[in-house]
This record gives sequence, C-alpha cells and structure tokens, in this order.
Amino acid sequence: MVQLNLPRGSKPTTGKVHKAPAGAKNVKSYKVYRYDPEVDADPRWDTYEVSSDDHGPMLLDALIHIKNTIDPTLSFRRSCREGICGSCSMNIDGSNTLACTKGWDECKSHNITIAPLPHQPVVKDLVTDLSLFYAQYDSIQPYLQSDVPDPEKERLQTPEEREKLDGLYECILCACCSTSCPSYWWNQEEYIGPAALLGAYRWISDSRDDATQKRLDDLEDPFKLYRCHTIMNCAQVCPKGLNPAKAIAETKKLMVAPSRKKEKASA
Amino acid sequence: MSNHQAAGGTPGDRTGRYVRHPNGHVTPMSPFTSIWRWHITMVASILFRVTIGAATVGAILLLGWAAVASNGAEAYNKLAACLASPLGLIVGFGLTLVLFSFLLNGARHLINDFGHGLTVKSANLLSRIAVWGPLVLAVLFWVALFATEKVSL
Repeated sequence: MVQLNLPRGSKPTTGKVHKAPAGAKNVKSYKVYRYDPEVDADPRWDTYEVSSDDHGPMLLDALIHIKNTIDPTLSFRRSCREGICGSCSMNIDGSNTLACTKGWDECKSHNITIAPLPHQPVVKDLVTDLSLFYAQYDSIQPYLQSDVPDPEKERLQTPEEREKLDGLYECILCACCSTSCPSYWWNQEEYIGPAALLGAYRWISDSRDDATQKRLDDLEDPFKLYRCHTIMNCAQVCPKGLNPAKAIAETKKLMVAPSRKKEKASA
Repeated sequence: MSNHQAAGGTPGDRTGRYVRHPNGHVTPMSPFTSIWRWHITMVASILFRVTIGAATVGAILLLGWAAVASNGAEAYNKLAACLASPLGLIVGFGLTLVLFSFLLNGARHLINDFGHGLTVKSANLLSRIAVWGPLVLAVLFWVALFATEKVSL
C-alpha cells in the first residue's frame, strides 16, 4: 500500500548541533540522520559544521572527518573509497549516490542533508538492512546456466555478443537504484526492483546462457517485473551511469516477442 | 526469499526486518518522500496518476451530463447555462488539461514501451513535454474556442 509518511517512531526529531570552531573558514553544514538501537530515542537529525579545508574533496572524506574528530559514534559503511564496492551508498542532498564519488562541492547548498538509503529499515545511523535487496538479487539466479557441458577452456563469445553485456555487467549492487524507486518503496515485498531486474536482463542477454525462457517465466508476474512504471529514478541516480529502466523495458519487450509466444505454445 | 517471511515488528511488514529492539523501539524506516529531490521524470509519472484520478471525475461529470440530457430540453438548458458560467468554463478548462495530459503522457509511455526515449536525456525531454505540454495545448485550445466564438463570457 502506498504510504506517503513515515510510520510512528520513524520520524526524525531535531538533534544536536556541533558548531564549527570560531574563525573556521569554508564551513559547510552537514545534517546527518542518526539512530542508535541501543538508546531509548527516536531517530534524529544531528548537524555538524565542518571546515572544508580540513578534509578531502568527497562527501565520504567529510563523514570520515566527522567520525574521527567530532563524533566517533557516527556509523556508515565504506570500503574501497573509489566507487567499486558500493558500500557507501546513501542519500545525499536528496538523491541516492556513493559518498566516495560525490564531491561536497557538487552540492549546491552549504547545508547538505545526508540520510540512509530511502524506505529501508535502519540498523544504525546511515546503515540500512539490505537483506531483502540481496535476497531479490539472489532470486534471479545471477549465474550462468548452460545446457552445454563445461568446455575444456572458456566459453567463447563473438565481440558483438560480448558488447550486448556492456551497461549491464558493471552493476556494483549499491542499491541506489532500487531504493530510489517509488514503486519499490511501496511494493518491495513483491516488486524485485531495478537492480535485480538489471541483473536478470544481464543473464537474459548473455549468448552463453541457455535459461532465457526460464528466466523470463520467473519474471512474468504482475509485481516482480510489471511494477516498473518508467519513473526513471533508477537511471537518474545510478552512480555507475547504468540504465535499469532500459533493461526492464527490453525485458518487457522479450515477454511479448513472437519467438517466446511460439516457444510457449509448443511447450 | 523464504527466510524473509517471518512476521515483522510493524503492521504490514512481511519481511521480518522491522523488529522490536531491547530499547522498546521498532526498527525505524529511513526517510523517503520527505528527503527526495524530485526529477522531472518522477513529476511526470506522479502527474499522470493524478490525471487518471481527475479523468475519473471527468467521466462521472460526463455521465451526469448524459443523465440530465435524457431528462428533456428544460433540464438540459439549465445545465448548458451552468456549463457556460465562469465556474463551468474553469471546469471545462481543467478537463481539457486532463485530456491533453492523458494524450501526451500516453504517448510518452507508448514510446517507452517500444524501448525508445529511455536515456536520461530523452526521458527528461519527454517528461518536460508531458508536464508543460498540456498547459500550453489547453490554453491554445481555449484561445481558439474564444476566437471562433464557440464560447464567450
């Protein structure tokens, strides 16, 4: 059911303000979502005033600076700090992205809001529970399924066949796309979301994979696939520049392709 | 996904992720509509849904119009006078807006369903047309109606 507001107990209150030292220059204000499951309190917005001269160019640098020098209790995920691992995905300035590849100077305002990925259960501060997201990815069986016995060496593809996977295989599972999608916000128990559908189309497009019809059968469901209403938030926010909406549209086209109809009729 | 079927701590949660903590609080849900900065594609999509609601009201009005028309000339003349009043014209303008919104958004979805217009740049352009186009077309339509004296104040 469409739920426009946060449930009771989830609405953040106004929290502490950590002022910048007197005389600090190039000060930016970070309004950060905080929640501690060990403390008897609702979530809150804490504000940290930080001089941009004191840390590196990325939002992740600012968060690490806050954690190291102002508030060691602040929790967030991070690992590679170069847009490869997808750990530091969060909502920055109203849009989902990776904190490690988003420069603080890219934010127009001097007051930057940093929140966890939207409409997810919060484990602590900026860390959300992505177990459902991973289970959805697992459900599309993201591995090669071939009828051909394992060859002695690699399974070959032509350069043209390999090219079809460009823009599909690069997904880092950061969940920026799925948690940006209003359809996913309101139907995430049934709709498997843009990331899982991009993954499914990656294997459907793979010339070495023989489970295409089975994969399509698995997705042929009013919710799993067809809850995508082409809102396009997924493509707008993907930090890797991928386009799950296009992959979903191509999957929908394959669902009604004459070749599939023939195959279903003969089955 | 069978490991996510346990009952959760919030009403309606079937994923088992919203649980009650020892502090007595249920796992909070992270903010979504309150923090999201809307893209034009999202605006177009939501407006289309609003349009569907408005079109339903329009369909009910049309049914009412047909019902009144079936009650004879006197009743119909009263309705026609009502529709020609400033309030009636405003409602008419609104319904024209809804009609053009339906057409342009429908065209946008048709293009998308053929797998076109799905790059961010082209989707933004199509969405801008679907959001602002109905207003421009509705104004032009009513200017034409007034210019040709089909309606007057």
